[in-house]
Amino acid sequence: MELYQLSLHELQDILKKQDSSSEEIVLSILKRIKLVEDNVKAFVTLDEELAIEKARKCDQEKDYTGISGIPYALKDLICTRGMRTTCSSHMMENFVPTYDATVAAKLKEAKGILLGKLNMDEFAMGSSTENSAFYPTRNPWDLERVPGGSSGGSAAAVAADEAPFALGTDTGGSIRQPASYCGIVGLKPTYGRVSRSGVVAFASSLDQVGVLSKNVRDCAIILNIIAGHDPLDSTSVNVDFPDYTESLSTDIKGLKIAYPQEYFQQGVDEEIKEVVKKALLKYEEMGAVVEEVSLPHSEYALAAYFLVSTAEASANLARFDGVRYGIRDLEAENVVEMFSNTRAAGFGDEVKRRIMLGTYALSSGYYDAYYLKALKVRRLISNDFEKIFKDFDIIVSPTTPTTAFKLGEQNDNPLTLYMNDILTVPINLAGLPGMSVPCGFAAGLPVGMQIIARPFDEAAIIRAAYAYEQYTDHHTVKPLLGVKENG
Amino acid sequence: MSLSIKEVEHIALLARLKLTDDEKERFSQQLSSILNYADKLKELATDDVLPLEHILPIYNVFRDDKIQPGSLREDILSNAPVLQEGQYKVPRIM
Repeated sequence: MELYQLSLHELQDILKKQDSSSEEIVLSILKRIKLVEDNVKAFVTLDEELAIEKARKCDQEKDYTGISGIPYALKDLICTRGMRTTCSSHMMENFVPTYDATVAAKLKEAKGILLGKLNMDEFAMGSSTENSAFYPTRNPWDLERVPGGSSGGSAAAVAADEAPFALGTDTGGSIRQPASYCGIVGLKPTYGRVSRSGVVAFASSLDQVGVLSKNVRDCAIILNIIAGHDPLDSTSVNVDFPDYTESLSTDIKGLKIAYPQEYFQQGVDEEIKEVVKKALLKYEEMGAVVEEVSLPHSEYALAAYFLVSTAEASANLARFDGVRYGIRDLEAENVVEMFSNTRAAGFGDEVKRRIMLGTYALSSGYYDAYYLKALKVRRLISNDFEKIFKDFDIIVSPTTPTTAFKLGEQNDNPLTLYMNDILTVPINLAGLPGMSVPCGFAAGLPVGMQIIARPFDEAAIIRAAYAYEQYTDHHTVKPLLGVKENG
Repeated sequence: MSLSIKEVEHIALLARLKLTDDEKERFSQQLSSILNYADKLKELATDDVLPLEHILPIYNVFRDDKIQPGSLREDILSNAPVLQEGQYKVPRIM
């Protein structure tokens, strides 16, 4: 076993026993990155020198508490002081933040070692990481396929052993869908659980920062660090949170699990249904109570999501105007022309499309018919979940309707690409926590199971996911990546 | 629902996006097809439903008005594409 293959908690054990140093871990990971990155393309920025320097400092101090001395990487819309933060957009190609996002500051304070920044769909808009203005990231399980998105770089880096864990963001599935496609664990916490301060906004009532990791224990460890109220984010909620590692229990006897019939229709692949239904049988074997339920408004979620998210995006992305940061059209003669030309040059196709849709949904004469209507439907969807959670502890479904698709396969029609998010967007609309956990394979590609819980009950998800993980061995299967090991 | 090129041009102006003729053509088709899909929402009766902006029981969030360390002016200005005498410079507005 090489050091780079180990998960976060395994690395913690090694450092505590001083079997290896932080520098050895970082060097092992950097060697791994060198070997596979030409194929995977998960990183936008990699700072090897800084990582080695920080690792040496940890080794000198012999401080191996928490995540001290353990490397990680961040999705490239999480601001990092002094390290370029691009949102994978030409608009922000040379943007160097003057402060750390709260989540970045928390990991820094815990003395984790930042390796660099990870590729994504531009401004988090997309489901394949093909919308990156720089290059697409590839799926470590099959380099001809996408890793999912928008946190595709985060998922691919963890799956390819280029980082033991990473942070991403999830507005409509952008952590869970790539985690599912890449065969790793991905958690979107409850809206308000984790600070969004310093995280470039896509849709402010839906965005949430979360964890992508090799297993459930690692996810709990990182959630312990990043969760909590932040005075800099007025939507981060001031409620206590438990030590999530205390939920790592295999005893789920009597746990009440609902599976919504609607999430096993809607064009979900037969093989995926089968794999997830098998997982439900495993839960029954472990002593959980499993019942079919209905979330009747599910089929309206995607339309409501698109109107709400693009409306919010059109407002959020108004800040990219060429004045305070980012690129600028220097030829323009008046300010409107400067704004319009700058934005035309800085934004990619998908970002423009969503700004246009959102602007339309908010425009005079259409606000009630589209935006307001979508917010009303959002309440109906939220009510559906609330009703189920009166009787059940968690809801289980497939994370995605298909496994990872091929690069370029879904470029023609935006609407078909949006359909990838059909099982994940309702959870964002309702603000609930959701996790994708590896639960098997279909034609050699990973399948993810989505576990959803009540607001602020991430503990229930972690317990159910951990129990399943310990009962099965899907998470131990790793992609071969088509590269030869050399040592 | 179908968006004409003229409507696309109007939205693009509101959004401060300069579009090429090809983009206008494409967005007119693509946005129309997305809006047709969104028309699905009209199937639901929502007259008595309150809109849900977000799920948190939060209304106004206040903090004490105390001076705290923040970003430095020079740091912030360092990301600006065009500066003059320590200020953002923009083309004429009037």
